[in-house]
Amino acid sequence: MDLPTVWFLLIAAFWAGYLVLEGFDFGVGMLLFVLAKTPGERDQMVRTFGPVWDGNEVWLIVAGASMFAAFPNWYASMFSALYLPLLILLVALILRVLAIEYRRKHEDDIVWTTRWDRVLVGCSVLAPAMVAAALADVVRGIPLDANSDFTGTLLDLLSPYALLGVVAILSLFVLHGATFLGVRTEGALRQRSRRLALRAWPVATVLVGAFGLWSLFGQGGGASVVGAVGVAVAVAGLLAGGAALLRGHESAAFAGTVVTILGAAVLLFAQLWPNVLPSTDDPAGTLSVASAASSPYTLKVMTWVAVVMAPIVFLYQGWSYWIFRHRVAADGFSTAASPLDALQRRRAAEDA
Amino acid sequence: MLLELARWQFAFTTVFHFIFVPLTIGLSGLVALMQTRWVRSGDDQYRRMTRFWGKLLLINFAIGIATGLVQEFQFGMAWSAYSRYVGDVFGAPLAMEGLAAFFLESTFLGIWIFGWDHLPKKLHLASIWLVFVGTNLSAYFILAANAWMQHPVGYRIDPETGNAALTSIWAVLSSGNAVFAYLHTIPAAVLTAAGLMAGISIWHLGRRAGHETAFFRRSLSWGLKGMLVASLLTIVVGHFFGQYMTEKQPMKMAAAEALYTTEKSAPLSLMTIAPLEKKPDRPSFELKIPGLTSFLATNSFNGTVEGIDDLQAQDVRRFAPYERAQGRDPAEAEYYPIVGVTYWTFRLMMGLGFWMLGVAVVGLLLMRRAPGRIERLATRTWFRRLALGTLAAGFLGHAAGWMFTEVGRQPWVVTGLLKTQDAVSKIGVSTIAISLGVFIVLYVAIGAIEFRLFTTLARKGPEGGDRPPAASGNGDAPTPERDELDDHDHDEDHEHPHVPLLVY
Ligand code: HDD
Ligand code: HEM
Ligand code: HEM
Repeated sequence: MDLPTVWFLLIAAFWAGYLVLEGFDFGVGMLLFVLAKTPGERDQMVRTFGPVWDGNEVWLIVAGASMFAAFPNWYASMFSALYLPLLILLVALILRVLAIEYRRKHEDDIVWTTRWDRVLVGCSVLAPAMVAAALADVVRGIPLDANSDFTGTLLDLLSPYALLGVVAILSLFVLHGATFLGVRTEGALRQRSRRLALRAWPVATVLVGAFGLWSLFGQGGGASVVGAVGVAVAVAGLLAGGAALLRGHESAAFAGTVVTILGAAVLLFAQLWPNVLPSTDDPAGTLSVASAASSPYTLKVMTWVAVVMAPIVFLYQGWSYWIFRHRVAADGFSTAASPLDALQRRRAAEDA
Repeated sequence: MLLELARWQFAFTTVFHFIFVPLTIGLSGLVALMQTRWVRSGDDQYRRMTRFWGKLLLINFAIGIATGLVQEFQFGMAWSAYSRYVGDVFGAPLAMEGLAAFFLESTFLGIWIFGWDHLPKKLHLASIWLVFVGTNLSAYFILAANAWMQHPVGYRIDPETGNAALTSIWAVLSSGNAVFAYLHTIPAAVLTAAGLMAGISIWHLGRRAGHETAFFRRSLSWGLKGMLVASLLTIVVGHFFGQYMTEKQPMKMAAAEALYTTEKSAPLSLMTIAPLEKKPDRPSFELKIPGLTSFLATNSFNGTVEGIDDLQAQDVRRFAPYERAQGRDPAEAEYYPIVGVTYWTFRLMMGLGFWMLGVAVVGLLLMRRAPGRIERLATRTWFRRLALGTLAAGFLGHAAGWMFTEVGRQPWVVTGLLKTQDAVSKIGVSTIAISLGVFIVLYVAIGAIEFRLFTTLARKGPEGGDRPPAASGNGDAPTPERDELDDHDHDEDHEHPHVPLLVY
């Protein structure tokens, strides 16, 4: 395999990792006011991803930086063409950081916390919506001139295909977030997230299935074998996940949504291959894996770095998930003024 | 117009990012040291220091992360021509930064925040040290990327595409510019954090006599010692950095001194009454130290320093092909930056460095020779204002230093290879006007929120003052006197041992 191909696959893997990991952060964020009945339960929900969300976000940074290093033309054309969606994405991600980090910094000020929680919900919807739109636009292609500079308008980015991608991702992340809460919480919240997952499941299945088929047959370089495998994997993940949900196997349900997201990523990048950014205007502007790649020397250096660093990163990031593997209890002893207070709060939460 | 807006946007967002980053770098190191002392000695005062200063660190960290994302994206968004031209060289350190540094920082920061009371003490301590290592790595890689723009090395121009291509990653990562920038920036970051510790400590010492005196005395002493060591390092490295810069970017040094004609034994101009212009006229009044610029630049009072006019004439000849290739008239090109800006930012940076050194020396002498003197002085308003002013000096120094470095590189974005005006994306003016507006509104808002939160928590002081503090013993009031507290203190939390540090 030549190095540009390796880097295309690595970048696809970084995006897939980002979607899987930050997908449940977003999903939990979207469900914040849907599932939590008390401020304490909102804390409980946020705490499920509290220690890990920042590490999850780095997957996006690494995906972007890898595109810059391995395919500068891809990075340059895509990011300048998708300027406004990416601007919205940045605003959402910035506010989300503050919402997560600052929501509890005025210890007892419930108004402060609730305000930030609203911000968190909004950002958790907006950010994945923009990511989905951007990825869908890349797969579908955008109008570029012979120098690969964007010639279209915002309307070109809001195609029906991209919009379907947005709703498909949002529904999938809701499901993903709910199954994640099923494995990460205990108490009333755990029950509620299971019930919600059961309701979200048919919606996500229909939307993701439709988006998958449209991607496979209607976009990119026509239906590819790998793309078909991606669709099959995604659907299998959904079916297995749904079955697990019905039987109450929480971990299996979560594994199902993980597999679905991975399948969707395989599908999108398979449909993109061998291009990295198709032009719908001047065909000379189309960027392909071969034409957009960096010099062989740069790719070699980068490959060494990735080969050495990525396994180390996997190890310690995995370890951090292991450390915080315990289920997060309903407003436990962690924020209460005294153990007695904690018990009272817990009882109140259970009554609710 | 597009170019101006893109430049303002880059300058604004980057300066903003770098207000918070130095504090993160410096404070994570100091907090790691405090926690090390606590783990070693078991002295509870160190535990409380770790938590108090650690909390401030976290507030600050959040903004660094949030604004850093913008940095990563905006090369492609607003500077796509630049990204195409340099991506082969410049992308590599950026990607390495992500893989080697950001993962490390963010993962172990999460572990540190939530692992308090859950992890074995030593492991928990190791996690904050790994955060510090991560911030240093990220600083190194980004500074190496920037150093390449100041003085490109280890590349060739690809004849087919006309873009730069990497030939030696080692040359890029080990260039003199990268090494100096790192060795200068890290002490400057520690200086900023230490200045902050000292400023806040003095403010607290004078606020209510007898309240947390032991805590803030120790913090003050840490802050002053940190300032002393860090400012000395910053200044010494800065001196050699300046010499290196004179060699590689002579125009920057000439502009920093507003030196128009080549001079032997060039004086250092301390200040002039000259307007902040692109190319001010001869100053009417100037205060000079004879020979000092020559000394700074060449280590000899008799050294020759080249002037702007001569360098400009050389560059016009040298870069004529570049201008013609871009369809411009070589005779009209200007190769010097806004002299007024480089001149003043350079002085501001150096002046602040010496000021902080002076404050550290005087402060440490006072603490040594006249115990209790600083506490008494701290009850005076002017002294506390002075302390808070010094607190700001580190941040200002960084902003000035970067403005000097980046404005001084103009009109080039990559010295000698690509001009800033040829680097910008082909996007609509309205697009970038919108985004600049959005960033200004957003950054001002989050800056204000962070500032309020930071000052609130800084004023509140360390938590757990109502438990008997170990090893203080000099009349520290163990219970905060609730009635005479000002505004924010009444929500002093009833802490209890199960609270994970700095919960969400
Ligand atoms: C608290 C901050 C601070 C302080 C007190 C100083 N500096 Fe500085 N300086 C920086 C913070 C900084 C910086 C922000 O970190 C820069 C910007 C770019 C860089 O690499 O470091 C910098 C750049 C910078 C450069 C630019 C190099 C280039 O453009 O290639 C020179 C020559 C100096 N410094 C020299 C000094 C000297 C002689 C100082 C003596 C007092 C000094 N600095 C104090
Ligand atoms: C964090 C500290 C930094 C600050 C405060 C800073 C500040 C600035 C400023 C003020 C300009 C505008 C100069 C002008 O247009 O006259 C500029 C330009 C630029 N800087 Fe930096 N910079 C920093 C670090 C970096 C780094 C690390 C990089 C690259 C890795 C970088 C890349 C650029 C680019 C591409 C430009 C060209 C755009 C322009 O001219 O506005 N900067 N920077
Ligand atoms: C202009 C180019 C720059 C880019 C592209 C950039 C990129 C980023 C990004 C993406 C983050 C967020 C990381 C996370 O999510 O954990 C970040 C944070 C950080 N950056 Fe920058 N940065 C720039 C300038 C600088 C400079 C000049 C330095 C240091 C000298 C620096 C040091 C840091 C550090 C230490 C952090 C993490 C700590 C914190 O968030 O406060 N950055 N940067």
